Amino acid sequence: MSVLVFVENIEGSFKKSAYEVVSYAKAIANKVNQPLTAISIGNVADDKLETLGKYGANKVLNVNNDQLKSFINQAYASVITEAAKQEQAQIIVLSNSFSGKGLAPRVAAKLGAGLADSVVELPEIEGEKLKVKKAAFSGKAFAIIELISPIKVLALNANSFEVREEPIDTIVSNFEASNLPNDFDTVIKDIVRAANKVSLPEAEIVVSGGRGLKGPENWAMIEELADALGAATACSKPVSDAGWRPHAEHVGQTGIAVSPNLYIAIGISGAIQHLAGVSSSKTIVVINKDPEAPFFKVADYGIVADAFDVVPKITEAIKAHKNG
Amino acid sequence: MKILVCISNVPDTTSKITFSDDKTTFNTSGIQFIINPYDEIALSKAISLAEGGTGTVTVINVGEAATEPTIRKALAIGADNAVRINAFPRDAWFVARQIANYAQDKGFDLILTGRESIDYNGVQVAAFIGELLNIPSVSITKKIEIADKEALVEREIEGGKEIISSPLPLVVGTAEGVAEPRIPNMRGIMSARTKALEVIEPIEVDQLSSIIQYETPAPRGTVTLVDASEPEKLVELLHSKARVI
Repeated sequence: MSVLVFVENIEGSFKKSAYEVVSYAKAIANKVNQPLTAISIGNVADDKLETLGKYGANKVLNVNNDQLKSFINQAYASVITEAAKQEQAQIIVLSNSFSGKGLAPRVAAKLGAGLADSVVELPEIEGEKLKVKKAAFSGKAFAIIELISPIKVLALNANSFEVREEPIDTIVSNFEASNLPNDFDTVIKDIVRAANKVSLPEAEIVVSGGRGLKGPENWAMIEELADALGAATACSKPVSDAGWRPHAEHVGQTGIAVSPNLYIAIGISGAIQHLAGVSSSKTIVVINKDPEAPFFKVADYGIVADAFDVVPKITEAIKAHKNG
Repeated sequence: MKILVCISNVPDTTSKITFSDDKTTFNTSGIQFIINPYDEIALSKAISLAEGGTGTVTVINVGEAATEPTIRKALAIGADNAVRINAFPRDAWFVARQIANYAQDKGFDLILTGRESIDYNGVQVAAFIGELLNIPSVSITKKIEIADKEALVEREIEGGKEIISSPLPLVVGTAEGVAEPRIPNMRGIMSARTKALEVIEPIEVDQLSSIIQYETPAPRGTVTLVDASEPEKLVELLHSKARVI
C-alpha cells in the first residue's frame, strides 16, 4: 500500500504548488506509515522528476507519452486510476488547481472514492475514516468533511500547506497506461499564457485594485507595485464587470478565492462578497481614502489616503527596500 | 440542440453565514436563496444557444420542495421546462448521480453546470457527470461556441487559457465570461407559472462523504494604521513584523 500523489507540471516544470502537494502527501504517508508514490504525466525531464525525492517521494512513476503530453482530464484520470490500483493506494492527493478540479472527480468516480476538494489542512485519520478541513461558503466558512469510503481522494488548495524538505533517494520508473478507451475525444487547439505574469490562484503576493482607481487607464500603478513585489494583479467584481480588467482577475465570492501571504487592496471598499474571497490571506493591507471602508475591519495594516498619492510612494519604498 | 442546465439553490451572495451552536448545521433563517450565480451564467448561455427555436433548455435541480421558487425563476429567465429531483442535495456525488441518471437516455447535446456552487464550492458535479455518462467534460470554462456537432471552449488555466475542441455531447462548468446573466422580463415571469415542472423521486446512492462540522474564520486583530507620509514604515512592518516581504 502507498499514498499516491499526482504532480502537475507546467510545460515540463514543477511549480511551488507541485512541491506543496508532494509535501502534504508525504505528511499523510508518514501518518499512515506508508511510502509515497508520485505520478507525473507529460514530458518532464528525469532530473526534474528526481527533485520530488527531496520532498519525500519514495518513487516516481513517469508517464511520458506523446498522446498524454497535454492535459485531457478523461485520459489523465484513467492513467492515475490505473496507477492507484497498481500501487494499492488508499489515499490519492492532487492539487486543487484548474486542471486538478477537472480531474479529481473523475478519479474519485472511477475508484468509488469519496472526494474532499479545497482542503486546507492535514487530515485526521482513524481506521477507515478520514476527517479533513475544507474551504466552504466561498471563504466565509470552513467545513470538516468526513470520508467513509475505503479509498479517498483529496485536492489541496494552493498556499495552504508549506513545502517541507524530507530528502530521500527516489526511484524514477516509466509507467505505461494500458487502457485508455475513448479518452481522447477532446483536442487542445491552443494554449495561451501571458508571459512573465504571476498566476493569481497560487501567487504569494497579490495587489488588487477596485473602483477607487476610477478607470482602466490608471492600472499602471497597480502593475508597477505588483512588479516591484513579484506579485499577481487582481481586482474587485465591479472592475471586471465594467470590463476594466479581465474576469480571470476577479477575486471574491463569485470569482477566485485566494490565500496569499500578502494581499494589498487598493481602492476597494470591502463588500462582504469580496472579503469572502480574500479572508484566508495571511496578511491584508488596505489602502483607501475612506476611513469608514469596511475593508479596514479585516485588515492587518492600513493607510487612509488617496491611492493616486500613496501607491507610487509605496512602490518606491519597496524598490528601495529590495535594493537596500 | 437539446441543453440541460443544472442549477443549485444557494444563499444570496450578501448573506452572513452562521451555524447552529454545536456548529453542525447551517442557519438558514433569514437567508434569501437564489440561483447559484455561476448556474445563472450557464442558463443565460443555454438560452442564447437555443434562441430562435433552434433548441430547448431544460433546467434540473436536486432539492426539496423549498427550492421551487428558484426553479420558477430559471423558467422566468427563459428555460423551457424544469425537473426537480425530490431530495436533499447531500453532496456533489449524490447530485451528479441523480442528474446523470436523469440525463442518460434523454439525448442532451450539452449539459451545463456553474463552475461551482457558492455554498460548498465543490468543482465536482460537471466532471462527475462526464465520468458517469462517459462523455468529455470541461470544468472551468470562460467561453463556449457551438458549430455543428462540435464545441469550442476556452478553459481557464493558471496564468492563461486553453482552447479545446470537443465533440458533443459535452458537459461544461461555466465561469464568468461565458454569458451576461439574463434578467427575467414580465412575459417570462407570467409564462413561468405555466411551464412544466416535473418532480422525480431520487435513486439510491451510497454515501461516501458527510460534513460533520463547520468553522468560521478566526477573527483578525485590529488594523495597524500607517500614516500616508510614511510608506517606508509600512514596508518595514511587512518585512520585519508580518515577514511577508
